[in-house]
Amino acid sequence: MKSFNYHAPKDVKDASKLASSSSAFLAGGMTTIPSMKLGLASYKDVIDIKNIKKLSGIKVSGKTVTIGATTKHVEVATSKDVKKAIPALAKLAGNIGDAQVRNRGTIGGSISNNDPSACYPSACMALNAVIHTNKRKIDAEKFFTGMFETALKSGELVEAVEFQIPEKADYQKHPNPASRYAIIGVFVAKHKKDVNVAVTGAKSCVYIDKDLSKKLSSSFSVSAIEGSEVKSSGMNSDMHASAEYRANLVSLYAKKAVEAC
Amino acid sequence: MASLVGSRVERKEDTRFLQGKGRYTADINIANQTYAVFVRSPHARAKIKSVDTSKALKSSGVVGVLTGKEIAEDKIGGLIAGWAIRSEDGSEMKVPANPPLAKDLANFVGEPIAVVFAETLDEAKEGAEKVKVDYKVLKAVVDPAEAMKSDAIHDGVDKNLCYDWLLGDRKAVDEAFSKADKIIKVDLINNRLVPNAMEPRACVVDYNTASEEITLYTTSQNPHLSRLVMSAFGGVAPENKLRVVAPDVGGGFGSKINVYNEEIVCSWASKKIERPIKWVAERTESFLTDTHGRDHVTHAELAVTNDGKFLGFKNETIANLGAYARVFGTVTPTYLFGPCATGVYVIPAAYSNVKAVYTNTAPVDAYRGAGRPEATYTIERLVEKAAMELGMDKTEIRMKNFPTQFPFKQTLVHTVDSGDYVAGLEKAKQMADYAGFEARRKKSEANGKLRGIGVSSYFEACGIAPSAAVMSLGCGVGLWESAEVRFNPTGQISVFTGAHSHGQSHDTTFAQIAADELGVPMENIDVVHGDTDKGTFGMGTYGSRSLTVGGIAIVNACKKIVAKGKRVAAKMLEVNEDEIEFKDGEFVALKSNKKKTIGEVAFACYLPGQRDEMKSPIPEGDEPGLIESSFFDPANFSFPAGSHICEVEIDPDTGNVKVEKYTAVDDFGRIVNPMIVEGQVHGGIAQGIGQALHENTQYDETGQLMTASYMDYTMPRADNFPEFNLGFTCTHATSNPLGVKGCGEAGAIASPPTVMNAVIDALGGQEISMPATAEKVWKACKSMKKSNAKAA
Repeated sequence: MKSFNYHAPKDVKDASKLASSSSAFLAGGMTTIPSMKLGLASYKDVIDIKNIKKLSGIKVSGKTVTIGATTKHVEVATSKDVKKAIPALAKLAGNIGDAQVRNRGTIGGSISNNDPSACYPSACMALNAVIHTNKRKIDAEKFFTGMFETALKSGELVEAVEFQIPEKADYQKHPNPASRYAIIGVFVAKHKKDVNVAVTGAKSCVYIDKDLSKKLSSSFSVSAIEGSEVKSSGMNSDMHASAEYRANLVSLYAKKAVEAC
Repeated sequence: MASLVGSRVERKEDTRFLQGKGRYTADINIANQTYAVFVRSPHARAKIKSVDTSKALKSSGVVGVLTGKEIAEDKIGGLIAGWAIRSEDGSEMKVPANPPLAKDLANFVGEPIAVVFAETLDEAKEGAEKVKVDYKVLKAVVDPAEAMKSDAIHDGVDKNLCYDWLLGDRKAVDEAFSKADKIIKVDLINNRLVPNAMEPRACVVDYNTASEEITLYTTSQNPHLSRLVMSAFGGVAPENKLRVVAPDVGGGFGSKINVYNEEIVCSWASKKIERPIKWVAERTESFLTDTHGRDHVTHAELAVTNDGKFLGFKNETIANLGAYARVFGTVTPTYLFGPCATGVYVIPAAYSNVKAVYTNTAPVDAYRGAGRPEATYTIERLVEKAAMELGMDKTEIRMKNFPTQFPFKQTLVHTVDSGDYVAGLEKAKQMADYAGFEARRKKSEANGKLRGIGVSSYFEACGIAPSAAVMSLGCGVGLWESAEVRFNPTGQISVFTGAHSHGQSHDTTFAQIAADELGVPMENIDVVHGDTDKGTFGMGTYGSRSLTVGGIAIVNACKKIVAKGKRVAAKMLEVNEDEIEFKDGEFVALKSNKKKTIGEVAFACYLPGQRDEMKSPIPEGDEPGLIESSFFDPANFSFPAGSHICEVEIDPDTGNVKVEKYTAVDDFGRIVNPMIVEGQVHGGIAQGIGQALHENTQYDETGQLMTASYMDYTMPRADNFPEFNLGFTCTHATSNPLGVKGCGEAGAIASPPTVMNAVIDALGGQEISMPATAEKVWKACKSMKKSNAKAA
């Protein structure tokens, strides 16, 4: 690992002042640190945001659950409030990586990194999340822009993620047997007016499967999507799974999720 | 006194391991040490046009940079192949030079080209980045099946062929096949595996400028053998000026048998730069450069009669050696594979033909089971398929072809001294509730799942030793083992062994057997291993040989202690030696019932003089002291055997395979510590299930290792396994006085075919290759549905 300046500011303002084109924000470090160790990334300044108190914590209001950026997966997974308001979100967090990852990894880090096979982005999309940054509020559908790409600008920092509480929801994942990232993950959320089926792992970036969402919006039942063909075009094909296999899994896990709701 | 052999004594070593007090090579630091980082080839095959070290030498903290040029100038030898194998036509095998630092050609990704030493690890890394190597990239040879048709990667190795070896009689096999009712055929790939020891390789070298002695701390399964190889072939230092210490070692599985490039280079360089050197592999380096396992492409056939009798067997295999032939690289796919490929069966005619090829991939060497898992996979897939094609029960066809007389002269090489294969399979059937399978299958079917059952019966030749045998088969050294037992004056005992424990629990097992022999509490006994300055010599630990060879040397040395003790006790008790009986740690004069404990006798052995009333206890002709050593070289290999049964359930929608039940019944002869043996079997089965369902080493067509981290290489985990159901039968080995057979590899040998037979059974006989990953199984399920629909 190349040497770098380590900063641990106490508030967002200081953190944002330190940011430059050769800096990185560090939360759980689950991707940043390995990338630096492997020499895939190097930074002049690493800005550790874990000491910024206001970035951590879980708040539930009548209609939303807001999770601070540096809140760890284990905290979401075990939070009584989250379990009560959106059990699917707690379940998702509880199955990310392994215990070590869940004890360090954070929601803000996960969505800012936007790994195409990360779990959290699917929850953001399905639960109509609003991403709060130090500059603005961004709707989830505009936040995730491509593979490891987000709408975040240089120096912009995720502060919290505000999820809309659905009537029902479930997350189903087919884990990569090696890394336990999602080969595919399907987050189904039934809101008052419509249903969102968000898919991660299948393509270069998380997306809403419009066909499945539409069918489930008109009738929220397994039979509504029985026989619906999920097309494999545009899906990832790698040594762990072909596009065809991923397409099969998306359709299968969407049904499993509806069943579990 | 109750015998300790046979009891579940808790592991002595667990206290330090579980408290984090293990002392591994990476824990060792020497004052003034430098840090080594290796510059490695990023290409699978490339000409090295030039290596420019000038910028690296100027880099901050860099103490020295050495390349293949300097090591060649100093005439330091390369890595070696330990076994000479001849081709069918009598010609010698072709082995290319394997210099510790590649000078002209790089032959696999990760091969070391140069090394940088610096004051800190970071500075060494910086320096290594500044070494400029100019490569001319050449087309890599990656696929073993294509290697013989590709460019020769080594000068003088035509068709990339190391040897074309034959064991057995082709003519007799042809005749047997001509009489067969049916020929069963399989095409198999035995997937390449990365050993993945928990502790990556490492070495720390300390050159003493005064004594001119090199001390090498290293992650080795066999420190004495490493010293021998480095001295005799590497020319690093004379053996008496080279001390090799292998302290706690976190797993080997065969990957730490070899003396590696880094150990030779750092030992040589420490003398050159007159500084201690520390090198610790990163995980990626382990993936790229540890010797890998398996990697066979096999076509095999079994000739059978309609009532299920086996008549003949043939095996045509291409074995991938990787870029170079290493210590056990050439014997693993020949004598450790071919003879066992006829399995536990009476097969009148058989041959195994193996073509070993070089490719631009990491060298392949022994990996838990070494050759015998590949053999068992070959025959047990054939037998299972024969049962299916003949419509016979899979256990019945096995029983029908088991030998019933022992010693059993196996078709190709071995004479198996003892065993009872029928009893093993019967017990496995009962423990697995074989008879109840159909009901469980129907239950799974009702839940939309496919359930399958698989059997495999195996034997293996281990306790790798008999020098007469292994040397006649091409081994470059004798494979005996030594021990020394030192009874200290105050009664504590040090047992020195040439075997090495890197997970095998020798501290406990060896103390149990010595305690029984000497009649002392095992707490009084320390087992010392892993240091060429302590103890006599040793060939190390692999091939399930520690107990069957090394353990017996300890028994024999203890017997010598007791024999001398008897002479001394007789003199002390003023009786004749033949009137002394040794029992439970006491020498008893039978007539008078006067006695001396072994501790009193040991103390007396160190007081040979006379003073006042006290007379010398040392009989005339005996020397003072109570230290004895033994070299044990058994008359034969040992032959563990058994039957395993596995049940899997497949979800046809996802292709996920769940191992529902796993039953193993093994015959390891006498068992010293059942708890430790069960642990060994658990580990072996886990590795075998890993091979069958999960682990998949993949190189791309340019020779880049695609699965070079745990993100992509699937290690099996606890949640992939059911609880293992273990049972034992026991027939004693006749080639050693304890009757032990060795248990370290059996689990990894028997389990891959057991699991695959179950998967293929669930898939209605559709063959798929290892690892049976979810997607592969899903595809098989889809085509099964299609063909079922057609049939309907």
